Amino acid sequence: MSEQDKWCYEVPGKLEVPYRYFAGEFGSKFLVALRDQAKILGCKCPKCGKVFIPPRSNCEQCFVKITDWVEIGPKGKVVSFCVVRYKEPYLPVEPPFVMALIRLKGADSDLTHLLSEVDPAQVKIGMEVEPVFSDSRKASILDIKYFKPAV
Amino acid sequence: MAERVGIVAVAQTKFEPRKWKERFQEMVWEVVKDVREQTGLGHGPGQIDNAVTCSDDFFDCRTISDAPIGDLVGAHYGPEEKAASDGLQAVFYAAACVASGHSEITLVAGHCKESQSDRNMITHCAFDPIFSRQVGLDYLNAAALQARMYCECFGVKPEAVARAVVRDRKHGLLNPKAQVQKAVTIEQVLNSPLVCDPLREMDIYPSSDGAVALIVAKESRAKKLCKQPVWILGAGNCYDAHYLGDRKLWQSASLKFAAKRAYNMAGIKHAKKELDLLELSAGYSYEELLFLEALGICNPGKAGNYIMSGATDLGGELPVNTSGGKLCGNPLIISGLARAAECVIQLRGEAGRRQVAGAKVALAHGATGPAGQHHSVMILSNK
Repeated sequence: MSEQDKWCYEVPGKLEVPYRYFAGEFGSKFLVALRDQAKILGCKCPKCGKVFIPPRSNCEQCFVKITDWVEIGPKGKVVSFCVVRYKEPYLPVEPPFVMALIRLKGADSDLTHLLSEVDPAQVKIGMEVEPVFSDSRKASILDIKYFKPAV
Repeated sequence: MAERVGIVAVAQTKFEPRKWKERFQEMVWEVVKDVREQTGLGHGPGQIDNAVTCSDDFFDCRTISDAPIGDLVGAHYGPEEKAASDGLQAVFYAAACVASGHSEITLVAGHCKESQSDRNMITHCAFDPIFSRQVGLDYLNAAALQARMYCECFGVKPEAVARAVVRDRKHGLLNPKAQVQKAVTIEQVLNSPLVCDPLREMDIYPSSDGAVALIVAKESRAKKLCKQPVWILGAGNCYDAHYLGDRKLWQSASLKFAAKRAYNMAGIKHAKKELDLLELSAGYSYEELLFLEALGICNPGKAGNYIMSGATDLGGELPVNTSGGKLCGNPLIISGLARAAECVIQLRGEAGRRQVAGAKVALAHGATGPAGQHHSVMILSNK
């Protein structure tokens, strides 16, 4: 028995609070388009014309309300990537896996997502990728199962 | 014109991977007792009349993480506010309390025990739950995404990044409060196991427990409370966008703006010439380079060469992280507070074997959020 186990009591605990994260009516359109049409939507600022992903209902530069949607991608380019080799309960897949920032065609910001069907050693910045959609889609960002090198 | 604001006492616990003998309250007790004894001050009107604390609800696994330490900071029948951000923001807020006349003497106390939870799980929860969290983001993989982009953008060599770790480890050996007390070579850093490519084990700051306290006072009180107050000449902070994909990750625009605000307030025109030392809250090796560039010390992409030249080593042109930095072990939330504490120790000429000779002006830096989303900069001086 270690000195710590012998002399120091601790009580295992957990902060667990049920919660319903709210996508809002606007953000839900993005998720529904993913689920029902396997389409990736960007939202377009009416003033500066920039197309953002993930969706947000205001443009931080222009401070105007965003109401317009445009279809973006589905192909895109790898802007940066890392190889996750550690384990954590919240990671969506078993490590090692590649996480990447992806600039979808027609977008002005990058989406962080998973990259698969490729040897991590072969991934390069600038590589063209395309989404693989999940067969059972649930209106979640993971309805895009992952991106893979474009063919 | 309002009186200047000075730091009159600082105290830190030894930083350790697991402080199993002490609760976080007892770490706070240690450092608050220390700064009270240094100044002879107690709590109450005419003495320490205000407190700003720094802690994190998730790391303490409760809401209102400052509630259990009120009795230690004079908040039983006394004022207290918590900065739920990097600890340097707590110093900034305390200085504002004093400068505004709200308080004459304010205590700052920050604590964090990373060992009681899982840092990755906590930082994972900082991300947007619908579009980002499900992908598995946390501060570690966010940093790895930024490291890759920064290094590729400027062709930064892994050796140059590793050299920053070598420097911090070398300095850490000279700081008895530093958690990691082990020198490493560039080869050892580059051969340490990959954790989240391109980041390796030695590129990443270790899990750490500790607390820091300091006392800030208005000029007329400060001069009577210690021999050498350290004056807060300027401070600034700045946020960047939440989504990583909205940012230009190869630079650190928010640090640039935070520094500009602090430099302007302090009247700093040529940071590289006017600063005698810097303490950076770099939790990942590559940030040591990126942050130097954002602070205007090096041109974009050139900090690696500067670090390789030895210029940022103790005895060099502009020493960085004489404390050993965050890479030698400081908890996430109070790193900026530890940086400020080291600057004060240096500017008081009390840094012993790691003393920067003749140090007059120092820069303390704090960062929070994924891939350096938010930055705080403070300029401190003994003149």
